[in-house]
Amino acid sequence: MEFSYDDEQNGLREAVSGLLARAYADSEQRRSVVAADPGFDEKTWSRLAEMGVLGLPFAESDGGMGAGPVEVSVVAEEIGRVLAPEPFVEAVVLAGGLVSDLGTDAQRAEVLGALAEGSLVPAFAHAETGTRWEPSARAVTASQDGDGWRLTGVKEPVPHGARADVLVVSAVVDGATRLFLVQGDAEGLTRTGHRNHDGTRSARVEFAGTPAAPLGEGTGDQSAAIEKAQARARIAYGHEALGAMETALTTTAEYLRTRKQFGVTLNKFQALTFRAADMYVSLELARSTVMWATLVVDADGDVVAAADRVRLQTSRASRHIGKEAIQLHGGIGVTAEYSVGHYTSRLTAIDHLLGDGDWALARLAATVDQHETVDPLG
Amino acid sequence: MRLHLSPEDEAFRDEMRTFFTTQVPQSIRDAVAAHRELTKEQFVEAQRVLNAAGLAVPHWPVEWGGRDWTPLQRHIWREEMQLAAVPEPLAFNASMIGPVIATFGSQEQKERFLPATANLDIWWCQGFSEPDAGSDLASLRTTAVRDGDDWVVNGQKTWTTLGQFADWIFCLVRTDPTADKRQRGISLLLFPMDSPGVTLRPIELLDGGFEVNEVFFEDVRVPAENLVGEVNHGWDYAKFLLGNERVGIARIGSTKRMLTDAKEHARGITVNGAPLSEDPYLRARIAEIENELLALELTALRVVANSAGGKPHPASSVLKLRGSELQQAATELLVDIAGPLSVASFAGEDSDVPEWAQVATPSYLNYRKVSIYGGSNEVQRTIIAGSILGL
Repeated sequence: MEFSYDDEQNGLREAVSGLLARAYADSEQRRSVVAADPGFDEKTWSRLAEMGVLGLPFAESDGGMGAGPVEVSVVAEEIGRVLAPEPFVEAVVLAGGLVSDLGTDAQRAEVLGALAEGSLVPAFAHAETGTRWEPSARAVTASQDGDGWRLTGVKEPVPHGARADVLVVSAVVDGATRLFLVQGDAEGLTRTGHRNHDGTRSARVEFAGTPAAPLGEGTGDQSAAIEKAQARARIAYGHEALGAMETALTTTAEYLRTRKQFGVTLNKFQALTFRAADMYVSLELARSTVMWATLVVDADGDVVAAADRVRLQTSRASRHIGKEAIQLHGGIGVTAEYSVGHYTSRLTAIDHLLGDGDWALARLAATVDQHETVDPLG
Repeated sequence: MRLHLSPEDEAFRDEMRTFFTTQVPQSIRDAVAAHRELTKEQFVEAQRVLNAAGLAVPHWPVEWGGRDWTPLQRHIWREEMQLAAVPEPLAFNASMIGPVIATFGSQEQKERFLPATANLDIWWCQGFSEPDAGSDLASLRTTAVRDGDDWVVNGQKTWTTLGQFADWIFCLVRTDPTADKRQRGISLLLFPMDSPGVTLRPIELLDGGFEVNEVFFEDVRVPAENLVGEVNHGWDYAKFLLGNERVGIARIGSTKRMLTDAKEHARGITVNGAPLSEDPYLRARIAEIENELLALELTALRVVANSAGGKPHPASSVLKLRGSELQQAATELLVDIAGPLSVASFAGEDSDVPEWAQVATPSYLNYRKVSIYGGSNEVQRTIIAGSILGL
């Protein structure tokens, strides 16, 4: 059991943190970036690609860096720390992860190589209105058309769905869930993008007999693979949330040290400092669970269960820290002109993208009787 | 970054688990598991079994019975002991005065006290808190005045845990009432509980038990050689001691055991024709505590991994704070599972109410103490806010 980072991992953190600190030195820079489509900075995206960050988890033979989940976690934390809007978890960990897990040699070479170079952004089109957080598709269907396939139905909301160059789409085939690749310029594809509360972008994506290529060569149900890729994304989001929670707390502590009311700085009020102390407790407990879960991924353990534990712990922590960060600031915390509220907004989005705390708790509760104790060391 | 224990630590864990589950008398472990009050003889027997195997004071210097273990090994030792329901070596001996004497005591004191302290031949109690000195310990008023070769002690201590079993007391006394800072006029004295002028009054607790006492001192004469370290430096030794007290205070293994018990008890209770263990709300409540406990255990592992240099990890206050909350959550859970049976506290052996249900509420009430002792949770929040967040 070892929780420290090696020199290379620390070097990666410094490099990514340096790059993002220049891109998002203050809250205003992020505000202006997210004000315009595609909701992130293409130049920063290219620089991340030049640094090798966008190909980190992929095999070298696929054009990636062959790094592990710990390196991914380091990047996700730095993304969260400055609220960088670049879709690292969405494109690299989730959509890229599915292609990496399931794609044919040709698909992996085509998608992952270009993703690593920064020339292609993939997105996972999976969510449908009327259902939530399932690994299977319901409303979008796929049917065979000669040698090819065509998709019909609507996916919504699809994170970065309007900007994406290629979509990984889940669809129903004979009651099973299968994955398909759809090119951004495919016929019969209508994408309507919009801004989300946290500054990111989502889209309504409509398929009307849209040509699609099956992802991988298998013919069976792929929902287990979706579950696993989403589990890794939940853990990576846990790290993004950690970075964001840490900044929300340090920003709040700094505010308490400097803001004066009743003639004294706010840190003279124990009612406030005790609440900040409780935020620290939530942060450190979440950090422990999230770091552990990344080690579970690294050791190829039960990633799905570990991700549920991360979701529950970070959901509780991010709601606690996000809400208290605003309350301890007072009115300024609710403004878009000040940084801290944006952290709460992003934490709220992360909490709902792939399953919230109660959703994870229900899953953990279902199996609570199947073990005597939880042993993190396995 | 690595998930699993090294093969050496894995072997160490197996060794501990085997020892604790096979070498400590089952009747004593059953008593701990059932939350019964242990007799003095049970405490002593368990500690002597551990001490004979070199497992009572592993954190002491090697020459006094310590083991050259890593912080992770000490953590494993403690957790396995709690999981196996082995009574831990008496904290007053093993975690408190032993390390103080080993670090600050004279050679003569070390030889006289340390072997007997490790083996529980001497049972120590803690003379720290007073009626007007709780969290604000430095305001203590018990005095010691020098008279010839003796110190003469007058005053009162309180919350003296298991003082009724104690042979000796380690006692903070004010030796210089004129010191410019009140922390500077305090010394640490050691003396027998049967010294003339020492009287003890048991305090009954909410659970009906008598684990704490008031201790009164009236002209108690203590030979000068029984002062630890230097006169008026007692506060330094007290801080050192309280730092050690917080080690292992999270009691994760013990809380795990309570959750395992809770699941088992819930299987035996039927609600509307189905086992209570299938109630989705109860399952969610258990799952949530389990997840919090996992986070706490992982935090403890992070803390031990980073405290090898001697400086405590900043997150260590989290262990006390959340560790106590989760112990309390587990005792509360057991009361709620016992439901209507939970009121039958002292129904006794002739009752159909099972023993676990009889002790559930007394334990729950007793465990309110864990967020108060060892530096109350409010003190921990003050530490986090001040030394970690800079507030």
